[in-house]
Amino acid sequence: MKKQPFDAIVIGGGHNGLVNAAYLARAGLRVVVLERRHVLGGAAVTEEIYPGFKYSVCSYVVSLLRPEIIRELALARHGLEILPLESTFTPLPNGDHLVRWADHDLTRREIYRHSPRDAEAYDDFGQLLYRLAVAVKPLMSMIPPDVTSLHPRDLVGTARLSKYFHGIESSTFYALHKLMTMSSADYLDEWFETEALKATMAASGIIGTFLGPRSPGTAYVLLHHYLGEIDGAFRAWGFARGGTGAVSEAIAAAARSYGASIRTEAPVAQIMTHGNKVTGVALADGEEIHASIVVSALDPKRTFINLIEPNVLPSEFRAAIDNFKIRGSSGKVNLALDTLPEFTCLPGFGPHLRGAISISPSVDYLEQAYDDAKYGAFSRRPYMDILIPSLIDPTMAPPGKHVMSLFVQYAPSDLAGGWNVQKREQFGDNVIDTLSEYAPNIKDIILHRQVLTPWDLERDFGMTEGNIFHGELTLNQLFFLRPTSSWADYTTPVRNLFQCGSGTHPGGGITGAPGRLAAQRILGSRKA
Amino acid sequence: MTTYDAIIIGAGHNGLTCAAYLGRAGLRVLVLERRDILGGVSVTEELFPGFHIDTCAHRIHGIHPSVIHDLSLDNHGLEIQHPSSCVYAPNLDGPSLTLWSDQARTTAGIQAFSSHDAQQWPTFVKFMASATRFLRTLYDHPPIHAPRPQIADAGTILRLARRFKNLTKSDRIALLRLLPASIADVLDERFETAILKGALSAAGIIGLMQGPMAAGTAYTFLHNHVYSPTGAIRATLFVRGGIGGLATALANTAKRFGASVRTGADVQTIIVKDNRAVGVALTDGEEINARYVVSNADPRHTLLTILDPANLTIGDIRKTKEVKFRGAVAKVNLALAERPEFVGASNEEHLHGTITIAPSINYLEHAYDDAKYGRRSSELFLDITIPTLTDASIAPNGKHILCATVQYVPYHLKNNSWNDETRDTLGDQVVETLSRYAPNVPNAILHRQTITPLDLEKDFGLSEGNINHGELTLDQLYFMRPIAGWSRYESPVRNLYLCGAGTHGGGGVTCAAGYNASRVLIKHAKSA
Amino acid sequence: MVASSYELNHDREYYAIRSAAALIDVSPLFKYVIRGPDAVHLLDRVVTRNVAGSSVGQVLYTPWCNDAGKMIDDGTLSRLDDNIFRLTAAEPNLRWLHENGAGLQFEIDDVSDSLAALAIQGPRATEILSTATDSDFSSLRFFRLTKATIRSVPVTISRTGYTGDLGYEIWLDARHAEVLWDALMEIGGPYGLAPAGMLALDIARIEAGLLLIDVDYVPAFKAKIEAQTSSPMELGLGWAIKMDKGHFTGRAALLEESNRGATWKFVGLEVLWGSLEKLYGSVGLPPLLPTEAWRTSAPIYSPRGAQVGYATSGCWSPILKKYIALAHVKTSAATIGNQLLMEVTVEHHRRKAEVIVVPTPFFDPPRKRRLAP
Repeated sequence: MKKQPFDAIVIGGGHNGLVNAAYLARAGLRVVVLERRHVLGGAAVTEEIYPGFKYSVCSYVVSLLRPEIIRELALARHGLEILPLESTFTPLPNGDHLVRWADHDLTRREIYRHSPRDAEAYDDFGQLLYRLAVAVKPLMSMIPPDVTSLHPRDLVGTARLSKYFHGIESSTFYALHKLMTMSSADYLDEWFETEALKATMAASGIIGTFLGPRSPGTAYVLLHHYLGEIDGAFRAWGFARGGTGAVSEAIAAAARSYGASIRTEAPVAQIMTHGNKVTGVALADGEEIHASIVVSALDPKRTFINLIEPNVLPSEFRAAIDNFKIRGSSGKVNLALDTLPEFTCLPGFGPHLRGAISISPSVDYLEQAYDDAKYGAFSRRPYMDILIPSLIDPTMAPPGKHVMSLFVQYAPSDLAGGWNVQKREQFGDNVIDTLSEYAPNIKDIILHRQVLTPWDLERDFGMTEGNIFHGELTLNQLFFLRPTSSWADYTTPVRNLFQCGSGTHPGGGITGAPGRLAAQRILGSRKA
Repeated sequence: MTTYDAIIIGAGHNGLTCAAYLGRAGLRVLVLERRDILGGVSVTEELFPGFHIDTCAHRIHGIHPSVIHDLSLDNHGLEIQHPSSCVYAPNLDGPSLTLWSDQARTTAGIQAFSSHDAQQWPTFVKFMASATRFLRTLYDHPPIHAPRPQIADAGTILRLARRFKNLTKSDRIALLRLLPASIADVLDERFETAILKGALSAAGIIGLMQGPMAAGTAYTFLHNHVYSPTGAIRATLFVRGGIGGLATALANTAKRFGASVRTGADVQTIIVKDNRAVGVALTDGEEINARYVVSNADPRHTLLTILDPANLTIGDIRKTKEVKFRGAVAKVNLALAERPEFVGASNEEHLHGTITIAPSINYLEHAYDDAKYGRRSSELFLDITIPTLTDASIAPNGKHILCATVQYVPYHLKNNSWNDETRDTLGDQVVETLSRYAPNVPNAILHRQTITPLDLEKDFGLSEGNINHGELTLDQLYFMRPIAGWSRYESPVRNLYLCGAGTHGGGGVTCAAGYNASRVLIKHAKSA
Repeated sequence: MVASSYELNHDREYYAIRSAAALIDVSPLFKYVIRGPDAVHLLDRVVTRNVAGSSVGQVLYTPWCNDAGKMIDDGTLSRLDDNIFRLTAAEPNLRWLHENGAGLQFEIDDVSDSLAALAIQGPRATEILSTATDSDFSSLRFFRLTKATIRSVPVTISRTGYTGDLGYEIWLDARHAEVLWDALMEIGGPYGLAPAGMLALDIARIEAGLLLIDVDYVPAFKAKIEAQTSSPMELGLGWAIKMDKGHFTGRAALLEESNRGATWKFVGLEVLWGSLEKLYGSVGLPPLLPTEAWRTSAPIYSPRGAQVGYATSGCWSPILKKYIALAHVKTSAATIGNQLLMEVTVEHHRRKAEVIVVPTPFFDPPRKRRLAP
């Protein structure tokens, strides 16, 4: 057998795959990344679908890209610039509005306008969440242990975990327990009375989940806004100049600088194994590439159901992957606009348009949106997280024109009767109708519209059931249970086959953390 | 004047259990009950001449075996009946289903619906048995000190570790995934028959302001099985003569151990000196001193109403106020002239246990959807018993009693309130629902009693009408029950203890909370 | 927001406070009116001073604490009637007040926006107010209040302030605030009344040894770690804690602390001029003095060089001709007269200047409390 040209193959050129490849290459491995599409980035991609207008087609906001990745891979040198989002603007049907600004005092004054008590609670709440973020951070960057194993090797990990819990303050521990187990609505009810505030905060807890704000297990995502603050990445929520595709491009450039090869239009059809060991991959056109290490950045269902012969995997593991919940719940609408939308409740084109625009007037509104989805319909009045990236980065659209990104929830992957082109357009119309209730001029200024349902996300981006997080972020699919117990440390039952996608700890969003932790795990096992 | 070692506020089953154990340990105990009858919610009253009705709780799933054994309740008049039928699920659109205490019989019944489900059934029952066995170890002891266990916890931890070790690896993984899961997910993974899943999931939501799709309801399901006969799912047990017989037996034992039990003694406040409970004052002005005061009332009622909250820190007041109650249950009791005839029940034996109106998971979830917006369910979930079928002594000859737990009936109604009119409307709706499943019921009604959540609060002292003294949700269990930092039956006020359903082990008629509380207090009393 | 200064330089504003009178807009405070049968009970649960023992027309300066006995905030509590009080605070406290009121009957109005407050501070304040109100103010005692009318605007006037000087605070409906400001400036002009901003006020309050929240102490709710919090005892407010009044929030912790003895003390420091001259002299400069009050943290060392504390505010006192500072110092090193070292930056180099622990207030004119001159 001739010498293999690569030590490691990374399947999927999404941001996690690229991060993983970059770290492996940086450590001296010969790495090739195989991307099915013609562009890199997976769900973190910028495309010019309509001439002159650039869409961050899927993922639209850089939430928690790990600062250590930016530092270690020198992403700024490779072109990454993240511009902070300036505000969250919630227009209300009663003509009022709520804006949370980047400036703390401004926000407090705005909340005070709605409720003096809430303004006070907002600070206390911030303090608590800050404390919890500090407590949680070590878990986010820990390779999950196998707590169900009594093997001495695994007990070390379990012991490390108990030592971690031993080290945190009781009050913090209790608060953390509540945060992990409660619904965001109940959690926020303990603090606030302003509906728009609760709903807008709760909304961050339901993004990408198939849960409503009253579903237990949605509160912990409230932490995400505070995690950035303790990482030296204050105001971490931002927008990448050039769209989210620019994040992927920068990581790819970093990977290449370390010698990684990156191939596009190279769809992997099969992961090849021999005995219980991975040997390489076969592409759709029959080409075989061999390597001693294969890392999959795809979601667990794609990896273990679509790409591997079923008999290679233990039946228990297959059952666990079968039971892994990955229902898609969101859609995306991208618009090319002739001019800016104008909101009835806050006319003009002020700074409130430069951040997120959240259609989340009340907790009941969000919950009702979920009710529709629960029984297989898309929300009649959906929750929407809207951005106008061209206001922050004018290169996204021709001068004076704009692009608008609308993240829409809920759109169940399992739509009653199934998705088709007609349903997709109905869904798109429904989104525009909802927005026009707040910004009536929207219908007149649309130059082009792109609508993505979970059906499209699955077909075009290879995300099973269109789930943007590669698996629902529910309590029983987190940490050492993601994607399943015993295989949450990025390994798989097949030797030298690893996982590095959002279906592994710590999960979805453009964090790069799974890719980096997986690389640590892979490199660690090579040393061992 | 007699001075007591301990005063127990409230003669519910947990208060009496605690009293009996304290008496058995040689302490001088006084039980004070506000009403003229013992039992709290476990009470049997002659509501209509000749009809001895279980006003609130009307069936049990199993009592802590040590309690029965240690207090030789059998010798004090307690007789527990084990009907052969656990649950009967009548179906209007197809065949009905019965779960029997005999597993083979149940499997055969399920076979008629789905051979897949019939095949799964024994595995499910076996897994639930090992899961509840694990849980029982937790329930038999006070919660360990989290996050930093202490020496005193060593025994509990060792026992837990041993139990965990005795589970198979796949059971360990399944248990970890189960604890934070929704009962809907757990059942959907295993079964396909709607009526089976409906009947089972009902055990995950009883008393909860949550639907079966809410995370944590799988735990509630387990909770309701902890002291059930091994291998039986949704076992329904009765106390001969009515559930009040349990209180009578407990009170008799307690008295034999020297305890005094006073009814019609309404505690106004707990007397505190130097942050130490020293006795109680009754509403008639009488003051009684004791070394310890133990409250069987719920945590909010105890700490914020009976106790002057000025004795607590703001932190503890905050925690107590944050305990979620949100009663969701009402009760309807009927005295009937004849035996109810339920659809699909070929013979009376099917009706000996619980008759559950829960035809599918979606039915229950829809019922919850109404309640979360502050409305009574348009289609009610009912858990019905006809105790006269197995115990003719409690009603006049040939007459029957029908008890129905009714859910979802929110304590907090939106745009409405509980009054005579809304109570009657609710009663009518229950009868209407019953008429569809047991058409002869409406004309057979001799008397009807409807108890709304507000009635439960007013007449039985249950905060917000919550039958479990606080929701059994993940954020309010174990070391979080009743409030974080005070999970070991002690309270922020020295020598004031809690022993009711709001503490660990509580919820449901198991006597576990009273048992655990007594053991903690006896230890303290002996070392003092 | 309080204006920093009304002129390019705050010197004149400072001297107005000490030698004539200054008008200061203190409206940005949070203000609550608490009323109801249990108002006294509620406030006695919250603050450390004895509210039940106060009389109508009296004003109490008081801190309040969390369960751990750490300071949340401080402010003035005015008894407007038997069951009506007004509490001022630097931070919002509405939620906290309600949380303390479990089981009590009371109402709280947040009047932060609707009630304005103007401080008139300085030796000629009494004369100006007497002219403005057409009544004699010389009999109003320190920390007492009275009702009055100024140019037909109904006001409440309290003999309180944040300058450590003779002075008053005028409380009125915010709608009349601008009119009243102009009226007072007009009436007070001949007496030398000048508007003053935060820069001048900051120097005056340091001279008076008065605490500034967020600067001299971190309110408990804002502290990221326990070590950042302070108890009233550690801030020199032990006198304001009335242990024998019965239960109040934080009492248990404070009782324990008072038995144990506070770990920290809040002290006045006077920088020894000779030491300063020597440090600057070594680089060929005369001592350079801060022109404004500073609010950065300066380490305090024992003569042997071990760090024993940190100063949180300091300034050159124009009236005392002294460089003064307020500092947290470990109790063992905080004895009056003790000599310590404070870090100063001399020509980009860190140096240690000799300081001496002195009692506060640094400046305490008798006119502050005195009745009728």
